[in-house]
Amino acid sequence: MAIQRLFIANRGEIAVRVVKAAKALGIHTIQAHSEADTEMLAVKLADEAICVGPAQSKDSYLNIPAILKAAKATKADAIHPGYGFLSESPAFARAVEEAGLIFVGPSADTIERMGDKVAARQAAEAAGVPVVPGSDGRIDVSEALSVAEKIGYPVMIKAAAGGGGRGIRIAKDEAELKTLAPQAKAEAEAAFGDGGLYIERAILSPRHIEVQILGDGETAVHCYERECSLQRRRQKVWEEAGAMCLDDETRESLCASAVALAKAVNYRGAGTLEYLYDEAANEFYFIEMNTRIQVEHPVTEMVTGVDLVAEMIKVCGGAALSMTQDEIKKTGHAIEVRLCAEDPFLNFMPWPGVVSTLKEPTGDGVRFDHFLSEGYQIPPFYDSLLGKVIVYAETREAAIDKLVEALESMEIGGTKTTAPLHLALASDPEVRKGAFHTQWLEPWLEAGNLSATKGDAA
Amino acid sequence: MSDIQSPLPGTFYHKPSPEEPPFKAPGDAVAVGDQIGLIEVMKTFIAVTADIAGTFKSYNVDDATPVTAGAVLAELD
Repeated sequence: MAIQRLFIANRGEIAVRVVKAAKALGIHTIQAHSEADTEMLAVKLADEAICVGPAQSKDSYLNIPAILKAAKATKADAIHPGYGFLSESPAFARAVEEAGLIFVGPSADTIERMGDKVAARQAAEAAGVPVVPGSDGRIDVSEALSVAEKIGYPVMIKAAAGGGGRGIRIAKDEAELKTLAPQAKAEAEAAFGDGGLYIERAILSPRHIEVQILGDGETAVHCYERECSLQRRRQKVWEEAGAMCLDDETRESLCASAVALAKAVNYRGAGTLEYLYDEAANEFYFIEMNTRIQVEHPVTEMVTGVDLVAEMIKVCGGAALSMTQDEIKKTGHAIEVRLCAEDPFLNFMPWPGVVSTLKEPTGDGVRFDHFLSEGYQIPPFYDSLLGKVIVYAETREAAIDKLVEALESMEIGGTKTTAPLHLALASDPEVRKGAFHTQWLEPWLEAGNLSATKGDAA
Repeated sequence: MSDIQSPLPGTFYHKPSPEEPPFKAPGDAVAVGDQIGLIEVMKTFIAVTADIAGTFKSYNVDDATPVTAGAVLAELD
């Protein structure tokens, strides 16, 4: 049964995106909001809106009983979780299913399975998707050398019982491993009371590549790849489609591997498989799957013409995928930059101001996904993402030029934004060449590249 | 008597973490630069410090409450 009344359990720019997509499909939209979000753009655009709790996310956007109660009160037949918040909570998806509503995403079981690192890795291996070569579960010091020999140096040594990066060491050869493995064991014993180790190939300075997939529970397709290697504190700041570092053969096998895994888990909705790409070795390794729409989905929409949000709403309402793999063509190049309410010259200090003026970037091949309006007080209670500037052109070089034009023509008064960071990146020769990786941006910032540019006047 | 105001809008906390005691209790001496609370703004925690010395009188808003920029968070005697 197709969805008729969609409840949007999210906020910010993605809520606007979902409301617009649903309305274009003729669906009645019901926007959830906290007490701090009554003036939010999605509330104004939706057919109706309902308060789900106080400002703090834990009492509103993360409050499962409050959201279900509001969805029932407004007679919703489906809930779109957006990204973040409850979008990857198996407990929430299960509660929605049990309440007899449609969860716009995969089943709770799939979310649970792909959200568990070990289970996801096993599912990937079973589907023939390459994973970072590593030891088969826990090993002891005596096994470390033979395992490392098999998977290849450099290797990363971790405590099998640990997490959060504790006790991680990198050995670049056998001699180093002989010294480091006993240290890692001693530290693991001290920290966790368990000296078991885990070893995997260390991928130094990898690029972050991901593949967009769509599934209807029966079959799945891919919409090609994105590259999101420019990251700060593990947050993506600049994303592209496609990944210029891949040759056609590698791209094809990467995308095929993502479809194989999506099919193996009978995936429904939009999802993304994230990979590390070792450029020197031309090898990619699956790291995790995100079972939801992603912030950077627009770049894929720009190069393929597929409306990912509309498609996920349709397939979760029970429709078959509206396209076959052959019908999905990729042309040109797209770039998205994230505009956050932060001061890039002051260590990215949050800056929740009142939007005094708003001049949107416009033009052919320019898209601005956001939730701003003049006079809007940016709430301090949520993350700092204000919107995304997305540009599309025939070539990557032309797309970067268009990005500069778009950012220079845009005006957001009354608040600081990260636009100066993006202008500085767009004029950097390495970025222009595409010569970067996930460990590139932070040293670039530490070296003072941002304050040395013309954006300094901002 | 003087007020300590919030430098930013956000959520004000009396304690460094939920399990710990408040930064200051009534009667505590407060020196310039002493931390009296935390403001959570856009998922970032920013220290609230005293810019004058005195004796801590009270918090003026409850722990974990939304505040506006300039709101009086605490009073000193």
